[in-house]
Amino acid sequence: MKILVCISHVPDTTSKINFTEDNTLFDTNGVQFIINPNDEFGLTRAMWFKEKQGAHVTVVNVGQVDTEPTLRKALAIGADEAIRVNFKPADGFSVAKQLANVVKTGGYDLVIAGRESIDYNGGMVPGMIAGLTNINFVNTCIGIEVEGNHATVIREIDGGKETVRTSLPLVIGVQKGIVEESDLRIPNMRGIMMARKKPLTVLEPVESNSETTSVIFEKPAPKGAIKMVDTDNLDELVNLLHNEAKVI
Amino acid sequence: MSVLVYTESEQGKLKKVAFEVASYAKAVANLLGTTVTAITINTEDTSELGAYGVDKILNVTNEQLNTFCATSYAEAIKQAAQKEASKVVVLSSSANSKYLAPLVAVSLNAGYVSNVIEAPSNTAPFTVKRTAFTNKAFEQTAINTEVKILGVSNNAFGLVEHNGAAAVESFSPEISESGVKVESVDKASNKVSIADADIVVSGGRGLKGPENWGMIEELADVLGAATACSKPVSDLGWRPHGEHVGQTGKPVAANLYIAIGISGAIQHLAGINASKVKVVINTDSEAPFFKAADYGVVGDAFEVVPQLIEKLKAFKAQQ
Repeated sequence: MKILVCISHVPDTTSKINFTEDNTLFDTNGVQFIINPNDEFGLTRAMWFKEKQGAHVTVVNVGQVDTEPTLRKALAIGADEAIRVNFKPADGFSVAKQLANVVKTGGYDLVIAGRESIDYNGGMVPGMIAGLTNINFVNTCIGIEVEGNHATVIREIDGGKETVRTSLPLVIGVQKGIVEESDLRIPNMRGIMMARKKPLTVLEPVESNSETTSVIFEKPAPKGAIKMVDTDNLDELVNLLHNEAKVI
Repeated sequence: MSVLVYTESEQGKLKKVAFEVASYAKAVANLLGTTVTAITINTEDTSELGAYGVDKILNVTNEQLNTFCATSYAEAIKQAAQKEASKVVVLSSSANSKYLAPLVAVSLNAGYVSNVIEAPSNTAPFTVKRTAFTNKAFEQTAINTEVKILGVSNNAFGLVEHNGAAAVESFSPEISESGVKVESVDKASNKVSIADADIVVSGGRGLKGPENWGMIEELADVLGAATACSKPVSDLGWRPHGEHVGQTGKPVAANLYIAIGISGAIQHLAGINASKVKVVINTDSEAPFFKAADYGVVGDAFEVVPQLIEKLKAFKAQQ
């Protein structure tokens, strides 16, 4: 099985979010970048396929040279090779077009991408890859088994889950549950050494326009003061929620 | 030219979010000087949509669409948009709508913006405000394509009533065979889902173990709320992943979010920040959640929550 795992290079979850250039650009100063958590869950599931069923795992990122350490980390975790599409991401659609081109030319059986990135939260890349390549797609996956050409996938829905049956080639949008947090792997020294020798191919982008343009960022207004209620005065809390906040 | 809105139903009944996206579509239509057309799929009673600004309903009845299928539903929405020559298509942020939205965008070659929280701030260039960085920031985004797809955040725009009635027209889009077949659905029918809930009651590690969740569920029952949990709680296996809210879990945009025994890690606060009113109950007065909440109680959950349940029961009995 040939697996492609799409990797987004995102600020660490604890990062302070600031903007520069008159609030038009994310301020990367002092920010640590990581593999998007949803993508890392998918990469870990791909490692299981590799170890238990046999698979060749390629990781791909659409980005400039600064994202290569993130791809090397994915190689150190165990991916076999990496591709970087040398393109500055403009919006989700433009990234999906680059990835769809990689999918079309690479002949992958399974394409795994995080349900959304934790930076721009667009939530559109996996679905757009499927739409652009016209292959089967299941989103918000929390489980997958592949047997021959068939896949059984568990998808989270609002208030529960459903099991679907589909066939390869397949695109899945994944999230926590596809593997557990405790299953995630920290690269060891051997993995890091080996990652240096694994192929990292840089592809030039296909032409694409951006369908959307980021205009300006704003930060939420500072929070007003909290009202404290004593433990022996919970009637007051009920009263505040009813009469002041009007939420009950 | 009509603004098209997909108004979702579940088991034949319109969901609450359908009225919110209809209200949003009406606001867009007013800015563009046009009308609102809703597409409904296997919905028994569409009569309420008129009261939320819908002028016309394209009502699809098709057995092939009895179970949700993203590609088939996307085909129906695409064909409705073409029939109405719609320049704007409005969708919700339900799991199903987020699943089909990118497919609709590709098929209409349309720019898609998700997590939209306000009516467009400008129509030329067409600009909307969305959340980004998991609610740590907002982004104004312009859409450059002729057709625009907007995914509206739950509980952000609210319901706006209008005086009106919608004309119903039956609509039969062509649906092709899908490569994804639903085998089984596992959904608790008596529970409110986090996505649909007005109120969410959430527990953290301060509750000490899964055996203590009875009071969280009882508090949720009294309020008609959904239950949720922090990341450590789902990682420890005390509660299912579907309840994990935060940056890598589900986002919450409820009217009221009650956090019990949750300290308020930055990732958790980001995920629930879109909720309107936040209450924190925690023994540690230094917990970061107290800086993010509207109302706070410093106290032991095992003492405070049972009392609060009694007070709320008494309050509900009076109502």
